[in-house]
Amino acid sequence: MPERDASDYDEWQRQECGCGMAHGPDGGHAPGCSGADAVAADTVPRTEEGHLKTPLYDLHLELGAKMVEFAGYAMPVQYPLGVMKEHLHTRNEAGLFDVSHMGQVILLSRKKDAARALEALVPQDVADLPEGRQRYGFFTNEAGGIEDDLMIANKGDHLFLVVNAACKEADVARLRAGLEPGVVVKHITGRALLALQGPAAETVLADLAPEVAEMRFMDVRDVVVDGVEIWVSRSGYTGEDGYEISLPAEAADAFARRLLAHDAVQPIGLGARDSLRLEAGLCLYGHDLDAGTSPVEGALSWAIQKVRRAGGARAGGFPGAERILRELAEAAPRMRVGLTPEGRAPMREGVELYAAEDGAAPVGRITSGGFGPSVDGPVAMGYVPAAMTAPGTVLYGDLRGKRRPVTVTALPFVAANFKR
Amino acid sequence: MKYTEEHEWLDIDDEGVVTVGITAHAAEQLGDVVFVELPDVPKTVSKDDEVVVIESVKAASDILAPIDGEIIEVNEALSDEPAKVNDDPEGDAWFFRMTIEDPSALDDFMDEAAYKKFIA
Repeated sequence: MPERDASDYDEWQRQECGCGMAHGPDGGHAPGCSGADAVAADTVPRTEEGHLKTPLYDLHLELGAKMVEFAGYAMPVQYPLGVMKEHLHTRNEAGLFDVSHMGQVILLSRKKDAARALEALVPQDVADLPEGRQRYGFFTNEAGGIEDDLMIANKGDHLFLVVNAACKEADVARLRAGLEPGVVVKHITGRALLALQGPAAETVLADLAPEVAEMRFMDVRDVVVDGVEIWVSRSGYTGEDGYEISLPAEAADAFARRLLAHDAVQPIGLGARDSLRLEAGLCLYGHDLDAGTSPVEGALSWAIQKVRRAGGARAGGFPGAERILRELAEAAPRMRVGLTPEGRAPMREGVELYAAEDGAAPVGRITSGGFGPSVDGPVAMGYVPAAMTAPGTVLYGDLRGKRRPVTVTALPFVAANFKR
Repeated sequence: MKYTEEHEWLDIDDEGVVTVGITAHAAEQLGDVVFVELPDVPKTVSKDDEVVVIESVKAASDILAPIDGEIIEVNEALSDEPAKVNDDPEGDAWFFRMTIEDPSALDDFMDEAAYKKFIA
């Protein structure tokens, strides 16, 4: 049975870049991002095939995961439960994700203030980010495109960044080139990263660390569990409440087992991670965002704070500011939108969109698409001309040579369940 | 029962009508099936024609005609309940029935023992 689509997991493997910012199932091929293999420390264990192992590799095998290569790592794409049930379990209870392949970076002020210095590389307001808070951001390039998306946390005496796996070596190089020597850039390679997501996440993690129940969405704090310091943020990339937890690699296996021992928790693979973030309307770098796509086109204007916009106290001053500030003022020619294909057939990445059933030239393209288990139907995201972005607009997707209706839909497909 | 290298099973009845489905091994590899697109019948097909599209949560796959012939019936129930492909791939979830021109061509396919070896 030959596969026909390019957007399957094998294709993920062939592609080098991607992410889910601080948190999607990484995937994708972003120009400008090299594979994680490039600078991976020789000390990181590898499989016989040469793929990097996360600290939870043995646990994944023990749990019966189907493993795939992703951004240079051997990663679980699904467990015996299967993608559909893993997805629904995360929305109903809690799912544990291994995202240790993602990059963790610390920035320390030396001669320069790290927050102010970082603003030269990202269009976010970092200087005013309060201590104990985290914010979504992205590295831009001179053309105004996005080089990677990331999470930026103010940990008081340092900034903590989480970047996409496939982009992490390029990101660290970008940070070193842009910030050193005034700022110290430390690539943290000795820590695992777990995500615990879903409505039961608070109860589960608070059993081990009661103080995490007090955290609000995008709060960050350090917590000690069994003598181990874990770095917790109340965030994730599924649209659900939950946490991301950085902890020493050697403590990760035991900690993951403690979480999995809870009745509400199931291990969740990259497959469900992708359908969860898609329903939540969240971008996957290398697919929905790339080096040629601006933040305004990507419908990420909300993530550029006023102080960095025209008229703001620290307006501009980041790569590609000219284009991005202009698009913020005037709108972009095309925009990312949610798309609901009619019927049951999924429309996946690469499907061309037409303004009419018999339209000659495509007006847009799907960049992420699949079946949404919670929506119980196909869902997609893609880019369309600015004049066609109104919810309810009907376009036509070319699926196996047939034009089928697709309706522009407000994102997210599934309402976010954050603890604000 | 006969098996193809494309992971289809072929069940030949007394009248020479061949029922075609996919093996449990194939269904497991596909993952959760969410959509099945069946052809209009009757439909004359040649070996390796794409006749059915299966969409799983992972990807779209084709079922190919295993042999020259005519598809005379499709399993409409799969349109409403694609998950049957995962629940009962070698039973209720057959895809189509076809008449074939040359029954001797079936001899080229694997028997159960050979298929088990093939996927081992």
